[in-house]
Parts: sequence; C-alpha cells; structure tokens
Amino acid sequence: MTEYVVRFLVGGVVVSAFAMLGDVLRPKSFAGLFGAAPSVALATLGIAVYQHGSGYGALQSHSMMAGAIALAVYSVFVCHLLVRARLRAAPATLVSFVVWLIVAFGLLTLAGAQT
Amino acid sequence: MTPIRFSPSSLREGRWYEYVIRFALGGAATVFTGFISSLYGASVGGLFLAVPAIFCASATLIEKHETRRKRKAGLVGERRGQKAAALDAAGAALGALGLLAFAVIFSMLVKSSKPAAFIGASLVWLIVSLAAWYVRRKVRSVWRARTVEKASGSAVSRSRYG
Repeated sequence: MTEYVVRFLVGGVVVSAFAMLGDVLRPKSFAGLFGAAPSVALATLGIAVYQHGSGYGALQSHSMMAGAIALAVYSVFVCHLLVRARLRAAPATLVSFVVWLIVAFGLLTLAGAQT
Repeated sequence: MTPIRFSPSSLREGRWYEYVIRFALGGAATVFTGFISSLYGASVGGLFLAVPAIFCASATLIEKHETRRKRKAGLVGERRGQKAAALDAAGAALGALGLLAFAVIFSMLVKSSKPAAFIGASLVWLIVSLAAWYVRRKVRSVWRARTVEKASGSAVSRSRYG
C-alpha cells in the first residue's frame, strides 16, 4: 500500500512540474514538447530501478520505445482530428487513445515481448 | 521566427481544481503503470511509461483557456481553442521523438550507471525535442516563404499575360 502511495505522490509531483513548465512556455508548439515529457517514466523507472534493479529498468525502457513511437502517432492523430475533423479536445484525445493502444501493442508484438 | 519565452501570467488563468486534477491524473498514471508491470511484467508495463497520461487534461485546459480568452475579447473562441490544442499536439509529437531517444539512452546506460542513465536520458530528451522543434520551425518557414514566392510569381505572370 505504501508503495502505491509513494508512486502516486512522486508521479503527481513530477507530472505537475512538467505540465506547469508547459503552461508558462510560449509558443504553444514549443510548450507542447512538455506534453511528451518523460514525467511518468522518470517517476516509474526511479522506483522500478530502486526496487528491482537495473535489468528490470532496462527491460521497461526497451518497450518504452514502442510506447514513444505510439505517442508520436497518437499526437499526430489528435492534431488531425482537431484541425480537419474539428472535434473538441476531450473527444479527440480520448478517441485517439485507441490508436495509441493499437500502435503500442502492435509494435511490442512485432518486437517479440519478453516478460 | 517566434522566440521561446516565459509567460508566468498563464498560471493565473488556471483554476485551483485544474491543478489538482492534473496532479491526481499524474499520480494515477504512475500507480497504474506500476500495477500493470506487477500484473503483466516489465515489458507490457514499459509501454505505459510513454502513455499520454495527462495529455487529455492538458489539451482540454488549453482549449478552454484559449476559448475563454477570445470570448473575453468579444470573439467566438471555439475554433481558436481547437487550433491551440492542435499546436500543443504537434509539439507533443516532436516531444515523443525525444521520449524515444530517452528510452534508447536509458536502456544503454542503466546497467553501467543508474545516475548516468537518468541524467543522460533526460538531457538527450531535451536536446532531441529542442532539435526536432527547431528543425520543424525552419522547414515550415522555408516552405511558407516558397509558397508566398510562388503565389506572388503567379500573380505577376497573370498581370503580364492574363
């Protein structure tokens, strides 16, 4: 239980710090870089390496590569939904999450998942 | 080319509960990633290190703030809000390239030195993201200049021969 409380607090602080940095930076396309900051990664990998060792962290970062490619595809998809389909931000980002899941798990399957 | 600048006044546009929501979403995403890792293993859990955890909340906030700002100025702000959120998404796509570089460097360094892995990967994320953003700006400005040149060129030929 304590582990999850620590995860929640560390994750909340790191994610909020990057999000606030994105808030105060201009232009908006530059601030958007912080929308893909390694906030969850820093918090999670820190705890994972401390608990399970560097081998576990290395394995996680291998599949993180697939997640990052999926995030790039997701962001481009969101951008097109907002500009071309004129969807509002909330539905555009939620619908596109399906794209992230398909690309991320597709790449992981292609690479051959190791557990 | 628009210079990068700080705009601390943007923080005043946010409501207190919006920051609480982002904190909670960030915390929940980190807990969820840990939970997935313990349930399905490190590989599946690793995917969620690049999950667009708070992107939905951030994009919605950006759209809301921009729409509110335009409405205060007496304009219909919905379209402007969507465009602002789209710009944020375009930036996130470039940041994702930096995140990919972060993962590559972290996996290369973590077995030899943990602090070097965290510091090196974070620096590489910043450098790759900044470089990607800069290259995009340059390409766009060259492309715009060419489009304007072509348009003015065709206008001149139309006036001469049309």
